Amino acid sequence: MKEKILEIISNYKKDKTRLMDILHDIQGVAGYVDEEAIELLHKELGISTSEVREVISFYHFYSSEPKGKVNIYLNDSITAVMHGREAVLEAFEKECDVKEGSVSEDGEFGLYHTSCIGMNDQEPAAIINGKMFTRLTPYRVKEIVKDLKNGKDIKELIYEGDGGGRNALPEIHSMVCNNIRRRGALLTHDYTPFDVTSNILGKSSPEDIISVVEESNIRGRGGAGFPTGMKWKFGRKAKGEHHVVICNADEGEPGTFKDRVLLTEFPELVFEGMVIAGYAVGADIGLLYLRYEYKYLLKYLNGVLEEMRSKNVLGNNINGIEGFNFDIRIQLGAGAYICGEESALIESLEGKRGEPRDKPPFPVEKGYMNYPTVVNNVETLASIPKILTKGADWFLGLGDKASSGTKVLSISGDCNYPGIYEVEWGTTIKDILDMSGAQNVQAIQVAGPSGALIGEKDFGRTISYSDLPTGGSMIVFNKQRDILRDVVMNFMNFFIEESCGSCSTCRNMTTVLKERFVKILDGKGVASDIDDLLNWSDVLKVSRCGLGQTAANPITTSVTNFRHLYENLIQKDVEFDSGFDLEESVKESCAAVGRQPILHNM
Amino acid sequence: MSNTIKFKIDGKEIVAELGQTIVEAAHANGVYIPTLCNFPGVPPKGGCRMCTIKINGRFMTSCTTPAADGMEIENNTDEINDLRKSIIELLFVSGNHFCPACEKSGNCELQALGYRYQMMVPKFPYSFPLKEVDASSPKIIKDQNRCVLCQRCMKTIKTEDGERYFAFSNRGDKLEVIMDPDLGEKMTDEIAQLAMDNCPVGSIIKKEVGFVEPIGTRKYDKEPIGTDIDV
Ligand SMILES: Cc1cc2nc3c(=O)[nH]c(=O)nc-3n(C[C@H](O)[C@H](O)[C@H](O)COP(=O)(O)O)c2cc1C
Repeated sequence: MKEKILEIISNYKKDKTRLMDILHDIQGVAGYVDEEAIELLHKELGISTSEVREVISFYHFYSSEPKGKVNIYLNDSITAVMHGREAVLEAFEKECDVKEGSVSEDGEFGLYHTSCIGMNDQEPAAIINGKMFTRLTPYRVKEIVKDLKNGKDIKELIYEGDGGGRNALPEIHSMVCNNIRRRGALLTHDYTPFDVTSNILGKSSPEDIISVVEESNIRGRGGAGFPTGMKWKFGRKAKGEHHVVICNADEGEPGTFKDRVLLTEFPELVFEGMVIAGYAVGADIGLLYLRYEYKYLLKYLNGVLEEMRSKNVLGNNINGIEGFNFDIRIQLGAGAYICGEESALIESLEGKRGEPRDKPPFPVEKGYMNYPTVVNNVETLASIPKILTKGADWFLGLGDKASSGTKVLSISGDCNYPGIYEVEWGTTIKDILDMSGAQNVQAIQVAGPSGALIGEKDFGRTISYSDLPTGGSMIVFNKQRDILRDVVMNFMNFFIEESCGSCSTCRNMTTVLKERFVKILDGKGVASDIDDLLNWSDVLKVSRCGLGQTAANPITTSVTNFRHLYENLIQKDVEFDSGFDLEESVKESCAAVGRQPILHNM
Repeated sequence: MSNTIKFKIDGKEIVAELGQTIVEAAHANGVYIPTLCNFPGVPPKGGCRMCTIKINGRFMTSCTTPAADGMEIENNTDEINDLRKSIIELLFVSGNHFCPACEKSGNCELQALGYRYQMMVPKFPYSFPLKEVDASSPKIIKDQNRCVLCQRCMKTIKTEDGERYFAFSNRGDKLEVIMDPDLGEKMTDEIAQLAMDNCPVGSIIKKEVGFVEPIGTRKYDKEPIGTDIDV
């Protein structure tokens, strides 16, 4: 093993900025990163063993403890829960003889929970040894485990056949479904791969390209909505030895899965968008950060890049354009929602913990390796070739005043037809609910947990940068759902689990809020507890990044829009309740000593 | 081009040099902005959020933001002071900070900030987390009960080759600063002293000596934190 690990490290030229890949490769051969490997990494990379552990322990899919031969990561997201996660978990626990969060005694199976894996339209889903399994039932679990015990290879275990579209290609061979249910400007098949590179780039200056992008008014689709043209302009202007273009394919906001579908069906569009960005910004380095959950697409995507190299759409003097050298490398993440935040993503690309950086400086000034870096979302980049082919005016003709173009939505939850819907900006929530066949709707979560939970009175509002902005996650809840106990709680647990913890407000306030929230759920709440929730949430606004700044949104938006649910749980005519249950707290010790104390009410 | 810039904090004019952070400039001009994770000489990482200010209406950390000409900064306002108090209270309730029994009492920046921002009883409930004490090094004790995860030890205590004695472990509410077992084993007295001195709280305590200076006569026993800066 020692030889193998040394070989891996030297494959990456002992470069500690490639620690992510090194750890992936070590886990690939050894299952986990053991003491010996950590010691070798320390010696070869010149960082202390704790510095190695620091990175391993940050990411959900790395481990310094032995794992199972087969490792099952069962998705935690609210839609999984709504579609029977508990029964599926029970089945895994029973069939594999293992408790969630541990390895079975025989070392065969590891069973773990994991944050949203981008399969909300086909839940419950799990990643088993890197392979995606969707629409799980206890019955299916039994079959899977039986086959695995009989020594079948994980790759053979596809129970419904391939998921259609390019999921059926041998390089992907996955049961994941695209579920594209509404196509608009972006998802329509009217694009000839690499046409822009061969027909437009050579004839236009980088400045020309940037002005078309600016005129189109396209804003970032990753959530923050920053004007793309302006970002490119800043990136081009910034001085640096190299310039970098990064495609953000970390897609971690619970309930979004549209980047997964774009990468599956339209990778040429995404990669050509990166090439165009590279030309416009003057970049020579291209990186796509692919979340680990989408590893099943890696081989296929690398194949597309190979094809592009062979056509000289990547490489040196691209398409004969003298001095335009640009290539793309795909970096695999390792399980951390926070790495979707662009500066955390850059830290991760440099082989470190994914902790957001302080801004300023922004990535366009100092990004990857301190070079000027433009980070764009998958969907943003995929829109670019179409804008350049059809023109800025065409794009401006779509959408509403504040938001040009279309938005690819990921709709899931209580609707008949969960999946991908491309709509123009300015579409109402009511239309979105109707097109997905949602009935009896109590609430819809717009833009994922970091967005807003809204109810009926707001269904006339529109998705727009001037009304309800969204990165595309839409989760529907019908009137039977327990919004507070199930939904809000799930989202709060998500933020607590996914906070990097390096800034104090996000690390501490999220748990304080959750405790106060639980106090209300437990029937111990008083009226002032609701005010506490709102007032205390304000402290999170001074957090370093968007995660912390929005982490209270599940609570604040549900208090605002569903206050009656809280008020129903509050004790009437009680002004103060410490929430402390003396009897409950001393129960265990009473049982141990076999005595009943006399308790005075507090 | 002149290297001097001018901006305002709570209406008071600040004259600074280009390249200074807001905290550096403020302190040089006799305006106190509280800090906890910031440490002179090493790159800032706005971790504790104590130095939060408002620049042209937006929250920013003053330890990481370069001063710029014409900025209008709010610092000593009710809104911001309330926020700072909340941040301190959060640090208190998320750890186990029992000042009377702590070797660092009187020299502790968290305690001193608690006094300065008039924390009586935190408005948030205590969480009383179960934390470990790592006494494996012959020189120091790393007490997780008191750690505020400021990263000062991580940034300042290194070997000659640049390896870090202290590192993060895990993330989110499980985040801890751990001591490298091998380096902790080989730690010298000088490094141990430096680690203890650089720790703002009592999370890193030198073994074998203690309470040389009696409580009551220590730094913040004599004057509140920041009074050396305030004019
Ligand atoms: C916690 C957090 C998670 C994020 N996750 C993603 C993500 O998965 N994908 C993405 O494109 N942007 C994500 N973002 C936004 C990025 O920071 C950044 O704004 C975006 O990638 C820029 O691309 P765009 O301008 O094309 O949208 C996230 C931001 C935060 C604060």
